[in-house]
Amino acid sequence: MAQETLSGWVRKLQAREISSRELTQLYLDRIERLDPQLNSFITVTAEQALAQAEAADARLAKGEQTPLLGVPIAQKDIFCTEGVRTSCGSRMLDPFVSPYNATVVERMNAAGAVMLGKTNMDEFAMGSSNETSFYGPVRNPWDTERVPGGSSGGSAAAVGARLVPGATGTDTGGSIRQPAAFCGITGLKPTYGRVSRYGMIAFASSLDQGGPMAATAEDCGQMLNAMAGFDERDSTSVERPAEDFTAALNQDLKGLRIGLPTEFFGEAGLDERVRGVIDAAIEVLKGRGAEVREVGLPNSHLSVPAYYVVAPAECSSNLARFDGVRYGYRCENPEDLMDLYTRSRGEGFGDEVKRRIMVGTYVLSAGYYDAYYLKAQKVRRIIADDFRRAFADVDVLLAPTTPELPFALGAKADPVSMYLSDIYTIAANLAGLPAMSLPAGEIDGLPVGLQLIGNYFDEARLLGVAHQYQQETDWHTRVPAAFA
Amino acid sequence: MSVDTSEVRRIAHLSRLAMNDDQARDFAGGLSDIFAFVEQLDGAAIEGVEPMAHPLDAEQRLRPDAVTEPDRREAYQAIAPAVEGGLYLVPRVIE
Repeated sequence: MAQETLSGWVRKLQAREISSRELTQLYLDRIERLDPQLNSFITVTAEQALAQAEAADARLAKGEQTPLLGVPIAQKDIFCTEGVRTSCGSRMLDPFVSPYNATVVERMNAAGAVMLGKTNMDEFAMGSSNETSFYGPVRNPWDTERVPGGSSGGSAAAVGARLVPGATGTDTGGSIRQPAAFCGITGLKPTYGRVSRYGMIAFASSLDQGGPMAATAEDCGQMLNAMAGFDERDSTSVERPAEDFTAALNQDLKGLRIGLPTEFFGEAGLDERVRGVIDAAIEVLKGRGAEVREVGLPNSHLSVPAYYVVAPAECSSNLARFDGVRYGYRCENPEDLMDLYTRSRGEGFGDEVKRRIMVGTYVLSAGYYDAYYLKAQKVRRIIADDFRRAFADVDVLLAPTTPELPFALGAKADPVSMYLSDIYTIAANLAGLPAMSLPAGEIDGLPVGLQLIGNYFDEARLLGVAHQYQQETDWHTRVPAAFA
Repeated sequence: MSVDTSEVRRIAHLSRLAMNDDQARDFAGGLSDIFAFVEQLDGAAIEGVEPMAHPLDAEQRLRPDAVTEPDRREAYQAIAPAVEGGLYLVPRVIE
């Protein structure tokens, strides 16, 4: 039963073949039985979910057809949920029960989605393995000794194990795509500004973007239809007319121009077996009529270094709000105001968050701004310009999502080696482009992700290419044996 | 660039993070590695390039100067660590 996709459940709910209450109970039972192996949820909201399901059933009985009516989903614990703890994976926000809903949560509620709970994540979305969570690491459903990726690792593991048919994620440097690849699911980071950041706890505001994670491209399109749209409460929300992101699913690929960035294939560090999977996927797309050519992104090697200036700088500024005064964690018996600030922050934040706050504080401090931050912002533009030139000749770019297979828990102890696991995903964030990962193969029982990067606002086309690929292949239907 | 323990403590202070010498020593290696890593930017061809602050080069949207948010002071203060009489409490600042 749990093998059914989110889109499949939408059809069955509309046809009244199953009630939302039955469906919600089915997934709540799976979470209770199977999640102890994964730790993918921080909070399960069973009672509220069943109440939402009953309300959805009443609306279905009246013939209503909102996009996600009655469908169980999970929210990454970075999205504020009124009356429900919103921890962001941090001790700092362990006591925080949000007094308001994020726009994404409001929109999904309005579409009729049933929230089963809040998923685990790297603390403040800073990590690529989900090992920095205050609530303990998430485990990969394909091999519980390995990481699910991060930072949206809880959402990816939960969908991969079919504990929920769809979940939200956020992607600042690869945090939707890398865990989607590691857990064998489909995930999309939309164009910067598509999905409102209001109520999405800020990490690096010029890069952060929410998006859907589910089994298939069709599922992601349906979720994005509910999530995206202009929001006056987000100052960088883009004002564009509403769009149907499922509109291009059935478009054939004849004449589609696919670019292969040579830099994403040639560099040392790409596992040959991953490369083999990507080469096979290219053949499938060619078989459907796509044309493939090589393109250059000559500055892409500067993406990770530029990101580790820009993202920490914005993080140090955003996380300055956590002061132990207005909400969140406060230290015991502060001696004075400075002690209150420094100990609340020192005790409330984990090491990776502290590290990034310190890097950001340093690169923004007097005398260093030009040498680091300004330089990184200039590099950001030459990276975006590379993409602009590439998209003059091709419609989509194709690459691996990650250079390697899901790694073992504890395998990447030094920060820089962890940062390099996002080597193929970060450039799209710096440029603000939409990009997605979809399952394209298996090696030693572990999934491999294929990345598609599109031009600005070209999500529908990306999802269409992915859907066409998923018509020809069955990687997206595979579920780890222990969770089948 | 390499940072030593005292430099780490200085940055921690600017960041308002309590940190003792042992902790600062633990952070020094990782921070030094990160600063060395981002030095790769020094080789970038960025002469005459405009810094990019926003992916779509959008400008700040303006709105009419009108009250749009309701008063939710009680809801917001209900989640504060310490409040009294509608005020947030902190340790005494003026002796």
